[in-house]
Parts: sequence; C-alpha cells; structure tokens
Amino acid sequence: MNLLTALARLLLFPGLLFAVPAAWFFLWVERKAVALMQGRIGPPFMQPFYDFVKLLGKTTPPRTGIGGLLMRLWPLLAVSAAAGAVGMLPVLPASGGFEGDLILLLALLELPSVCIIAAGFTSRSIFSEIGSAREAALSVSYNIVFLLAIVSIAAAQHTFRLEALATMPASPLLWLGIAALLVCLPARLHLNPFSLPNAEQEIYSGPMIEYAGPELALWELSHGLEWVAATGLVATLLAPHITLWWMAVLLFIALSFLLVLLLSTLAAATARLAIDTTVRFYWQCSLLFAVLAISSALLMRLRS
Amino acid sequence: MNLWKRLMCACRRRSPWLFHMNSGSCNGCDIELVASLSPRYDAEQLGVRLEGSPRHADILCITGPVTKNSVGAIRTVYAQACSPKAVVAIGSCPATTNVFIDSRTLAGPLDKHIPVDVFVPGCPPRPDAIIQGIAQAAAILAERGMDTPQAEISIAAPQAAVHHEVQP
Ligand code: SF4
Repeated sequence: MNLLTALARLLLFPGLLFAVPAAWFFLWVERKAVALMQGRIGPPFMQPFYDFVKLLGKTTPPRTGIGGLLMRLWPLLAVSAAAGAVGMLPVLPASGGFEGDLILLLALLELPSVCIIAAGFTSRSIFSEIGSAREAALSVSYNIVFLLAIVSIAAAQHTFRLEALATMPASPLLWLGIAALLVCLPARLHLNPFSLPNAEQEIYSGPMIEYAGPELALWELSHGLEWVAATGLVATLLAPHITLWWMAVLLFIALSFLLVLLLSTLAAATARLAIDTTVRFYWQCSLLFAVLAISSALLMRLRS
Repeated sequence: MNLWKRLMCACRRRSPWLFHMNSGSCNGCDIELVASLSPRYDAEQLGVRLEGSPRHADILCITGPVTKNSVGAIRTVYAQACSPKAVVAIGSCPATTNVFIDSRTLAGPLDKHIPVDVFVPGCPPRPDAIIQGIAQAAAILAERGMDTPQAEISIAAPQAAVHHEVQP
C-alpha cells in the first residue's frame, strides 16, 4: 500500500502526470504575461507543447571534441531531479506512503542548477562557460538566503518532515520565511532581473548554447518543472491546512498560478542587473533578512 | 501519414525559432526583422522566438549581400543548424546583392552558397512581409518530413572564398 501511494504521488499527482502539463502551462503563462505587459498578444496556449514536440523531431549535428555521453546525461538528470522534487511536494494532506523530508526536497531542487553549471562547462563553449560561471556565482549567493529561510521555518516547527511543515499554522515567522523564499525565486528560475546565466543578448543562450533537438527539449521541460517545484513549495507553505483533498489540490494550483503570475510580471517589469549588483543584493540585503528570520526562529525555540 | 507525423508537422509549422545573421547588410533589414518581433507586429503569435544559437534554430534569417568575409560564417552557421531547417533571405541584398552589385568585396548572392527557401524582397522589406516570409518558411519546414534528409553542405574549406583576386 505504501509503495502504491508513493508511486501514485510520483507518477500521478503531484508527480509526472500533473507536473508535465503544469510545466508547459507555467511556461506559457510566463511568456504570455510578458507579452501582455508589453502590449502584445503573445504565443498561443499550446506553444510550449509545440516547441517540445518540434524539438523532439530534430536531429543533432555532431559535436566534435565534447563528451557526448556526459552532455546527454545532464538534461536527463535535471529533468528527473525536478520531477522528483515536484512528486515530493506535500500537497495532499496525510496521504501516507513514502514521505521524504525537507533535506531530500532541497537537494532535488538544487540538482537542476548544478546540472546547468556542469553542462555549460562540459560543452566547452566560451559563452556557456561564462553562463555557467554566472550561474555558479548566483547559486552560491541566493542559496544561502534560500536555505536560511527554509531552515528558519523548519526550526520554528521543530521538524524537517514535509507534512508537518505544510500544516504549519500561519505566524509572523512563517511569513518572514516565505518572503525570504520569494526573493530567491527569480534567481532560481533565471528570471529578470536575475536572468544572468541565460542572458540572451550578452552571451547568446548561456550554458545551453551547444544543445539541440531532444536534449534542448529536456532542458525546456526541466525549466518548466523547476517552475512547478519552486512555486509549489511556496504554495504548500502558504496554503492553510485543509482536509478535503480536492480543495487542497485546487488551492495548491491556484496559489502556484498566482505566484507564477507575480514572478512573470516582475520579470516583464524589470531589466537585467549586472552580476556584481545581483550578488551584492543577495549578500547584503537579503542575507540580513534571512539572518533575522533564523535568529527569531531560534529565539522562539529557546523560549518555548 | 500516421498520427505522430501529423502532430510533428503541426508542431513544426507552429514553432519556428529564428536565428538572425547579418552578412554585411546596411542594418536596414536587421532593424525591420527586430521590428517584426515588436509589440506592433508581434510575430510571437506564430510561435516565433529569436534564438541565440544556430543549433536551436529552425529558420535562418539572413540579411545582407554576402561579403567575402562572411561566406565561411554563413556556411558554418548553416551546417550547425539542425535539420529540418529553412533559410529565409531578407531584403533584396541576399537575392541580388542590390545596390552593392559589382562590388569587389562581395561573394553574393546568397543562393550561390546555401539553398534558400524563401526570398523576401524589399529594401528593406516591411515587417509584415518578413512575417509572411517566416510563415511560408514554417509551412515548408512542416512539409520537410523526417524521411527526406536535407542537402548538407560541407564546411571543409569554409574560408576558400576569402582568397579573392583584387582588381587593379
Ligand atoms: S536590402 Fe536594402 S535595407 Fe536591406 S540590407 Fe540591403 S541595402 Fe540594406
């Protein structure tokens, strides 16, 4: 029974069967929101799906001097890690089965970005190396804030279990942690103003520049799944505890959608910052914020 | 035609990703190509996306009269784009070398070097004409099935065209 529920969570909801269409939908919402903000009509609803299928049907020209197997491995790893992260989100209340903890979820969330860095360096193009170096610098700076925010929430709840975190009652501390998480999301999803690793006009496609065809399709998919996982994590923390499963699902989807809308609007309204400004932003402003959150969490724990 | 092929055809028609290449153009056509992606003309409604790498692209948009220096680059970029691919020559320059005709620095027109699918005439063409050209190229892409391999050009001696004889 436990195995069955775990499989159902990984494959059906919130796993692959839900996550892949949701990934395409969120990618579309991102592009559409940017288009609307710029006064355009934007791509049709099925656009990310068309792009995915089209990329699957393309050939790959030979890449001389690059480790072929390694290049093919990174996007696969990124997609599976992102899908696993989505599958672990505690959306359904007390569903039983395999319950991963927060540490596993964070590791899975982090893996796609590690894959991007590795892929850029594997492809040995000068542009992808610049993109990877930027991604690495960025991930070092936002991850500290991200992890501190998560740890502060977990410390307040005295547990790393996901179910317990999802059912946590609203408190000022939770809001502080969620705000710190939200600050990190644009950098995690490579959105403006922190879209440095894939800065189109400066370094072409960044780490993805040597990828083509089906491998590129997998990268697009993993980006979409990262959207679902990252917004889903915040949505599960935001959502109040509901025992009706369909209400919980609906609320989860609605909250994720609102977050996507918020992030895309931010992306459309801002321009890209330089790497030093970005790193300074995360180290100076947000770190303060996160340290505040974790110290108050620890204080609360000492007093209780 | 089975279901997968029909789906693939539809997706190819609806998702043309562009790679823009300037082969010595006066920049008039390049500006018009960018304008066709701007809010007024909004080519993204057709699924168009401007890509930074030729490996991601389906349609190569080439402007300019093809200078001798750019021939090698054009051949390399064409070889790097993954098939099925299409080439749109934007402006009168790549079609006829236009006002630069008889210049000793040119190796044009474009179709001497790579197969061109759609010519968009004009100096520069209007953005609506460019979008129409892209849409036509996307339709050609959809026809070009997986089982009809495209003519691949060799890039063994890409710089050969540069060694030109300078006229006195
Ligand atoms: S066609 Fe006209 S506008 Fe376009 S590059 Fe040539 S000269 Fe310039």
